[in-house]
This record gives sequence, structure tokens and C-alpha cells, in this order.
Amino acid sequence: MKIIVCLKQVPDTASVKLDPVTHTLKREGVAAVINPFDLFALEAALQLRERVGGQILALTMGPPQAAEMLREAIGYGVDEGLLLSDRAFAGADTWATTAALAAGVRHLGGADLVICGKQAVDGDTAQVGPGLAQRLGLPQVAFVKAIREASAEHLVVERQMDDGYDLVDLPLPALITVVREIGEPRPPSLKGKMRAKKYEAPLAGAAALGLAEDQVGLKGSFTQVVEVFAPGAAGQREMLPGPAEAAGRAVIDRLVADKVILLGS
Amino acid sequence: MALIIDKTACTGCGSCLDACPFGALELVEDKAQVNDNCTLCGTCVEVCPESALSLEDIQRAADERTATSRGVWVFAEQRDGALPEVVAELLGQGGRLAADLGVDLSAVLLGHGVEALSAELFAQGAQKVYLADDPRLAQFDDGIYAEVLARLIAQERPEILLAGATALGRSLIPRVATAAATGLTADCTGLAIDPARRLLLQTRPAFGGNIMATIICPDARPQMATVRPRVMKKALPQPGATGELVRFGLDADLAPSTQVLEVVRAIGEQVNLTAAEVVVVGGRGLGGPEGFDLVRELAQALGGVVGATRGAVDAGWIGHAHQVGQTGRTIGPKLYIGLGVSGAVQHLVGMQSSDVIVAVNTDANAPIFSVATYGIVGNLFEVAPAMLARLKELRG
Ligand SMILES: Cc1cc2nc3c(=O)[nH]c(=O)nc-3n(C[C@H](O)[C@H](O)[C@H](O)COP(=O)(O)OP(=O)(O)OC[C@H]3O[C@@H](n4cnc5c(N)ncnc54)[C@H](O)[C@@H]3O)c2cc1C
Ligand SMILES: Nc1ncnc2c1ncn2[C@@H]1O[C@H](COP(=O)(O)O)[C@@H](O)[C@H]1O
Repeated sequence: MKIIVCLKQVPDTASVKLDPVTHTLKREGVAAVINPFDLFALEAALQLRERVGGQILALTMGPPQAAEMLREAIGYGVDEGLLLSDRAFAGADTWATTAALAAGVRHLGGADLVICGKQAVDGDTAQVGPGLAQRLGLPQVAFVKAIREASAEHLVVERQMDDGYDLVDLPLPALITVVREIGEPRPPSLKGKMRAKKYEAPLAGAAALGLAEDQVGLKGSFTQVVEVFAPGAAGQREMLPGPAEAAGRAVIDRLVADKVILLGS
Repeated sequence: MALIIDKTACTGCGSCLDACPFGALELVEDKAQVNDNCTLCGTCVEVCPESALSLEDIQRAADERTATSRGVWVFAEQRDGALPEVVAELLGQGGRLAADLGVDLSAVLLGHGVEALSAELFAQGAQKVYLADDPRLAQFDDGIYAEVLARLIAQERPEILLAGATALGRSLIPRVATAAATGLTADCTGLAIDPARRLLLQTRPAFGGNIMATIICPDARPQMATVRPRVMKKALPQPGATGELVRFGLDADLAPSTQVLEVVRAIGEQVNLTAAEVVVVGGRGLGGPEGFDLVRELAQALGGVVGATRGAVDAGWIGHAHQVGQTGRTIGPKLYIGLGVSGAVQHLVGMQSSDVIVAVNTDANAPIFSVATYGIVGNLFEVAPAMLARLKELRG
């Protein structure tokens, strides 16, 4: 099975803290990591390769520094990477991102299965997977939490829904996005790390992918950010003074008075 | 590069360097300079105290759909013949947007044997219901659902389409937007109209909730958004209200590509956090798995469900199905109570749209207090039992 995993490099949100008083950002240096959800995508790919054999390619669109992330992916056991990088890609919304990634998948000669993470923690949209499936004309199942059966022709997967899960038969080629339940990511292997040291990912820009400037990046995006602001603190804020017991009783009284708790009969 | 730095206004204070999530800004000779890592996300523009940074306005050609599309649509997701709550919330919000624009509100219903649901949609404020009722739509398949919706959009040309940010909506709607060749904003928590340009102003948390962003889709239609459940207000239902039912058939070439073999409802550890009105969340302050007994007791007394922080889940005190936050569930209940929860950003993004937030923490500086409606600095093992005792007293 030929598998393409889509990985995105994101700022490490663990290095981001909210200032409790001013409610603004405190950042102590910014580290870039593999999007945590994409580690599950990678894990799913590694599990599938163990079960049915094949090859795993890691695909990313990002700034030049994302090459470092592909090296990390090699450490996890990925066979080959491809970095889509071009100044023209900057400012891409999900529409422009899927344009580039779809071209990247074609550049790699297509795949039996494309695996994306559930969502990227910086954009948090969860749109790229389904959008990419549409661009590639592939059937898709999003939010896969387990792969019950896998063969060259199809997968049987569990799709997480709000009220449980669906068991879905998915013919290949196809695209899935995966959630955490797929399995905890294994650590990088020693052999992989050795290979990663010398690894240089191949790179493709817009021209190599046959993409015009107005199809990608900010120019190729439909959506536009018009304003960015700090999240406001929720409503009024009131600290109830101690001792603990009195405060505990007082908060119930407030919630009853506010009709948040209905005593009813 | 379309990030513009006004070198005369820049004082070299470095605020933008600290704020940039991509390390794309550097100080060169005491002035900010942008490198190749810039993704044009705009975070720096906002933090610059001198307003020295701006994003170049890119002129794009608006396609003709922009001028000719009219009407607000709500995707009426149904599962097994039932509409989730979010549909009523979308109709409530959709109705307000439609009124601002002076257009009709319509609902789109896809499925098999679901016609009866249209009455509910009319009652919730839809003036028109588009219904595709076909055996091929009996089970949810992204491919065929997206194709049907995209064809209907191309034919009827709505200017706005809203859907719930549910599992189904988040799976399907990005595919529809791509098929319809238009923009989509995910997980919105605020929607408003700019009447002058008939634009939908879509507000959502970004960067794990660290910032809020308002997004527009100026040059393509429909303007599409998925909306978080439990954020928008429902309209007052009008039982018996009627409207126009528009049936449309499926083209012969369409068929589902996947097959649903089985639908498994909430089992075992599954908890319906998203739909709960009251969520009592336990964090590492509980000190161990037995701490959750107190959380359970309080949740039960309030008719609510139990949530947990990742800290508590990772410690193995409770299952992941309970996790609230960026890597767990997003909730917006009427009442959130956090016991021993510090309030890390990744947790806050998953609960800050709750109506009322009560936080109990021994540390007065815990960030959870910054979003709390009522905060109590104190030991949860004293505060929570007092809450339970008071409840019991009041209920007699
Ligand atoms: C990529 C990423 C994704 C993440 N996703 C999530 C997510 O989805 N959800 C999530 O919750 N976290 C998430 N996290 C983790 C998050 O950063 C925090 O580590 C976590 O939320 C902390 O959990 P906590 O509040 O239970 O623990 P802590 O931060 O350890 O806080 C415990 C609190 O309990 C208080 N306390 C101790 N004893 C008592 C007592 N007796 N009475 C009252 N208070 C007491 C302490 O003062 C402290 O504030 C994520 C992190 C990363 C990096
Ligand atoms: N720039 C990118 N390069 C590679 N994969 C991406 C990129 N952006 C998003 N993805 C994939 O799409 C998923 C969803 O991302 P998003 O829609 O941005 O939340 C991620 O988990 C990745 O698997």
C-alpha cells in the first residue's frame, strides 16, 4: 500500500501561555513541532505498513524550516518526504492549501491512501483533509478512530461521531483523517534517527507543481482575516471570599439566584 | 511578501518577534525584518504598538456569483431522522442574518424518509425547506452529500450557508466548500453582517484560542461557516408555522462511495459532553482517581456530566472521552464548574464559551480565574462538599 501522510509544522502551543491579568499572550521562545494530531496520522500509517506492507511518504507545505520536520518524520520511519515551499504559498487558507497539497500528491504519483491529522493546532480548521479529498476526487472518512480491516482494495474503519461511531467500508484509493484513539504515537526509531541525520527532503515550488501564482497562497485564498484580537474575559468576574465552606455555599446561592441552577420540584 | 513593515514607525521594541508563532521576524539594525517563514497570519500586525506592520491588500477579482447570490441557508443535519440542537441554533442565528440582509432563510435537508422533519424546520424559522429525499442519502457519505449540496448551491445561489461544527458538519462542509469553489470558516463563535458590502463577518478562535480572528470571504459565494454548537441563540419556536417545501431529485450519476456497515450509539466511556447543560470538570488538583468521586457526585447533583483536563486524563485517572479542550471536546454548557483545573490555554479554548464558569483552585493566580464568572480561591475538597451540602439544604 502506498500511503501519503500530510504533516504540518506548527508553533508549539505548549510554549504559549496566557497572562491571567491582561489576558494577552506570553511567549517564551517559539518552538516548531509536528502538529500533534499529525503524529496520530503518522502512527496510523506506520501501523498500516506493518499490517499490509508498502511505503509511506510524508508531504508538507510550509516555510523552508519545515524541512526540519520532514527529517523528524524520517526518524519515525517514513520512507520519503516532499516539501512544498514557495514564497507564493504564504498566507494560504485551506482552499489554497489543498490546491498545493493536491498538486503535491499528484507530484508523488498519487497514493492508495492519504492520511491527514484531524486538525492543525494553529489553524484548528479540520478542513484540509476533506477539502483535499474533494480536490483529488477521492472518497473520504474523517475522524477515524480505528482501522478494523485493511487490504489493497478497501478499509473498514470506525468513524467517530458526536454520539458514538459508525463502522464504514471505504474503497481505496481514499483519504482519511484520524483522531487520537487510533493509537499513541511510537517514539522515533534508532535506525530512523540515523537516516534522518543525513536526510534532505526534495523540494517543489509552485512552478514545479504546475500551479499559477493566483492559485496558491494569499492570492489563491477565498478567505481573508480582517481583524485579530485577544479573546475577552467571559462576562463579569467575581471572586467569592473564603473560608472555603462559606464560599462553596455562596456560589450555590448565586447560581440559584442567577437561575443557572433550577431548584424545581 | 505581503507583510509590510514601516521602518520609520518601527521602534525595534520586539513585540512582534515575541508574538510571531513562526519565528518569522527578526531585528536587524533595531528594525523588524521578515524572513521566509512568514505565513502572513497577521498576529504581529495586531500586537505592534506603533501600528508599523500591515498586510498588503491583495486585489482579487470578485466572481459574478458575488453580485447575484441571495439568501441565507442552513444545512439541517439529521442523523437517524433526528435534528441535533445546533440546527435550531443555526436557524435562530440565520434568521437574524437574513433579516439584516433583507432576504429569506432556507434550510436544506438531505436523507431518506426525513420529510416530516421539515415541519420542525419551519417551526424554527425556515421560510423555505429544500428537501432531497432519496435512498442513496439514507446513510451519511461525504462524497454524495457534498456533490448534492454543491449542485444545489450552483443552481440556487445562496449568499450564505451555515452548518453545525459537529462531527458530521466538520467532515462534510469543507468538502462542499471545495466542490462549490468558495471559502469556509470553521468553528465560528460569532457571526454578523457588514450591510454595506453584504459580507458575513465570521469570528473564531485561532492558534489554540490564543487569539480571535474575524474572517471574511469577499469574492466568492456562498460565504460558508461552520458554527460551534451551543453558542448561537435559538429563535422562539412557532409551532405550526409553514413555508415552501422545495423537493429536488438526485441526478442519476450520483452514488455513495462508502458504505456504513453499522451505527454504534454512545457506549461505554462515551459521554455526551457537547450536549450537556452542566459539566463539572476535574483537573490534577483532584490528586488522584478517587478525587473524581467528588466530581461525579457534584455532576450528578446538578444533572450534569463529568469532564476532565488532559492533565487528569494523562495521569490515567479517567478516560479520554471526558477530556475537554483543544485535543478533547469543545463544550459550551450553561454551567461549567472546574475543580482543581489550572486553565491552560489548551483547556480554555474548549470551554470558554460556557455561559457561566465557576472555578475552584488553591492558586489565586491560576489562569482559569481570568475566564471565571465566579472564582473561589480554596481547597476543592472543602469547597465542593459545601456546595453539595448547600444544594441539599435548598432542595429540602
Ligand atoms: C498540544 C496540546 C494539547 C493540549 N490539549 C489539552 C486539552 O484538550 N485539554 C486540556 O485540559 N489540556 C490540554 N493540554 C494540556 C494543558 O496544557 C495542561 O497541561 C492541562 O490542561 C493541565 O491540566 P490541569 O489543569 O488538570 O493540571 P495542572 O495544570 O497541574 O493544574 C492543577 C491545578 O489544581 C490546583 N489545585 C491543586 N490542589 C488543589 C486543591 N486541593 N483544591 C483546589 N485546587 C487545587 C493547582 O493550583 C493547579 O492550578 C494540551 C497541551 C498541549 C501541549
Ligand atoms: N501545510 C500543510 N502541509 C501538510 N499537511 C497539512 C497542511 N495543513 C494542513 N495539513 C493536514 O490537514 C490536517 C488538517 O489541518 P487544518 O485543516 O489546517 O486543521 C492536518 O492535520 C494535516 O494533516
